[in-house]
Amino acid sequence: MNMVSALNSALGLILEENANAIILGEDVGKDGGVFRVTDGLYDRFGPDRVVDTPLSESAILGASIGMAIAGLRPLPEIQFAGFMYLSFEQLINHAARFRSRSRGRFKVPMVVRTPVSGGVKALEHHSESPEAFYAHVGGLMVVEPSNPYDAKGLLIRSAHIDDPVVFLEPTRLYRLFKQDVPEDAYEVPIGKASVVKEGDQLSIITYGTMVPVVQAAVEKKNVSADIIDLRTINPLDEETILNSVKKTGRALVVHEAPLSFGVGAEIAARIAEKAMFELSAPVMRVASPSFPYPFPGYEQYYVPNENKVSAAIDKLLSS
Amino acid sequence: MIMEVFKGSINYMQILDENGNIDRSLMPSDIDDSKLIEMYKSMSFARALDAKVLSLQRQGRAATYAPLIGEEATQIGSAFAMRSNDFFVPNFRQHGVYLARGLPLDLFFIYWRGIEEGNAVPESVNGLTVAVPVGTQMPHAAGIAYAFKYKKQDRAVIAYVGDGGTSEGEFYEALNFSGTFALPLVAIIENNQWAISVPRSRQSAAETLAQKGFAAGFKNILQVDGNDVLAVYKATKDAIEKANEGPSLIECVTYRLSMHTTSDDPTKYRPDEEVEKWKAKDPLLRLNKYLVAKGLWNSKLEEEMAADQKAKIDAAVEKAEAFTPDPKSMFDNVYSYIPPILKEELDDAVANGFYQ
Repeated sequence: MNMVSALNSALGLILEENANAIILGEDVGKDGGVFRVTDGLYDRFGPDRVVDTPLSESAILGASIGMAIAGLRPLPEIQFAGFMYLSFEQLINHAARFRSRSRGRFKVPMVVRTPVSGGVKALEHHSESPEAFYAHVGGLMVVEPSNPYDAKGLLIRSAHIDDPVVFLEPTRLYRLFKQDVPEDAYEVPIGKASVVKEGDQLSIITYGTMVPVVQAAVEKKNVSADIIDLRTINPLDEETILNSVKKTGRALVVHEAPLSFGVGAEIAARIAEKAMFELSAPVMRVASPSFPYPFPGYEQYYVPNENKVSAAIDKLLSS
Repeated sequence: MIMEVFKGSINYMQILDENGNIDRSLMPSDIDDSKLIEMYKSMSFARALDAKVLSLQRQGRAATYAPLIGEEATQIGSAFAMRSNDFFVPNFRQHGVYLARGLPLDLFFIYWRGIEEGNAVPESVNGLTVAVPVGTQMPHAAGIAYAFKYKKQDRAVIAYVGDGGTSEGEFYEALNFSGTFALPLVAIIENNQWAISVPRSRQSAAETLAQKGFAAGFKNILQVDGNDVLAVYKATKDAIEKANEGPSLIECVTYRLSMHTTSDDPTKYRPDEEVEKWKAKDPLLRLNKYLVAKGLWNSKLEEEMAADQKAKIDAAVEKAEAFTPDPKSMFDNVYSYIPPILKEELDDAVANGFYQ
């Protein structure tokens, strides 16, 4: 299965096992979503459970919060992460706070799915990497898979947990490669990173679109690296990061989102606080430049590629 | 060719006028003398509570507070019209609704002390927590209504928004969503004429706020005298009865007799004459006039009621002030479990007595 098929399979299983699970969003019904992630679900589960809504991000997420409070398990889709800012208010001021403000009386179990990241020659606002915004706010969980197997397992896990989950799906990885993915339901834990490759010269901490980029760079260079795929941004699996960094003594954080004030800054700070004296070199970061995503004609110069990761590895190993 | 493609008109309803006269032709059939007295007591109680929190706030014993005085009929009339399983979604001024729907009084005072435990609406109260960002509670109401309809429950959601709130996109987006799916929503605009310092005329050039419902395809739209508890009651009850057919919008025309919150001074932005004019339309005064004229109420009963309410309020304040907040509860309710990083922050705080 590719990632789209894996996500589609997960959504089908979630709706099958829980009669209160509802998908809602723009074009998720008959059209099956603009990336076809919800393809066929409208026919299987009907228009009350796979709901084409008016074009209103605030209503989609705000109503999802209400549904969750009233005992449903909404799985809203926001067509692109760049349009999710219209519903920022609902996520930040309400989804993230209901449990806390009501001391547990009202919970918001929902999974907000949205495509993220660039590299697919899309129009403006279709290539954003907004994870830091959502990760910064306690009360939301932020998940971003990098492969079909994790995508399915993380989505099913997200639909079982009683917290609001922002589920970021990298468009570039939707159909990039296939994996053996079980037809049945299974969970991949939230808050647990995956060590996708083990090594001893350096630790590379990454997630989402940058996982295959890092893997390719490491393979070509023939260096021995721990490659950590975070899978969950928040809650962060600090333990896996620190264990690896303490072993290798060198850390490189790679993400597609802009460099400044990003997830890499948080990880670098935690390494500095807790593993400073086990480091042989300063923590390095590879990310996009510190400004908004450009038009597609410029994106190849913006998104970090193998060359940029490779150069950073050289620099880190030589320092 | 030109042809008319839409036509709409909005009625205004008043049953109890400011002189205490009732339009019998509109009197709800389930309202008898005892119910009227109950409503009067409930409105009086809301006003007494309001005065108490204001006094506590001035003494530094309550946080910033949004008074309801003047808006009792809108809140109590609509709350009385709800069936026991109907669900209300307030903003931050519906204290009267909470009380009429059975919120334990001490929770009310704990909330206004600025403590989340006061916002833990008990399961027995079918209502949501206080919503501070203006208008943003409306989509929640739509979602709850969707859930009721999806589960085929005979329940309505009664959602409150102010005149200022109707200028927010989320107000319209929620109405539009509710209209599209014919949801069992009763949206009540508590039009108190002022959004802090901005008058109703600056919120919209629309003649009524009720007409905003037309754009969302609402079939049941009404404007009522929001200082008339009977008109509000009847409009809300009728809307609830029709809720399975689709959403309703009721604009209650009332007036905020006091400040927006304890943080502003209304004499800075509105003339005293306007306030005096509205005082003559006071919702409690007119019901009192009616009850007294009918021999149902007198000063002795008023004194007894006030003494009883004061005793209840004082007991609740005492209980609320005895509540000791536990800062650990902040950490316990972020997620369904405490993730390791939060646990570390909590352990540090606990080990150091929260640095107090």
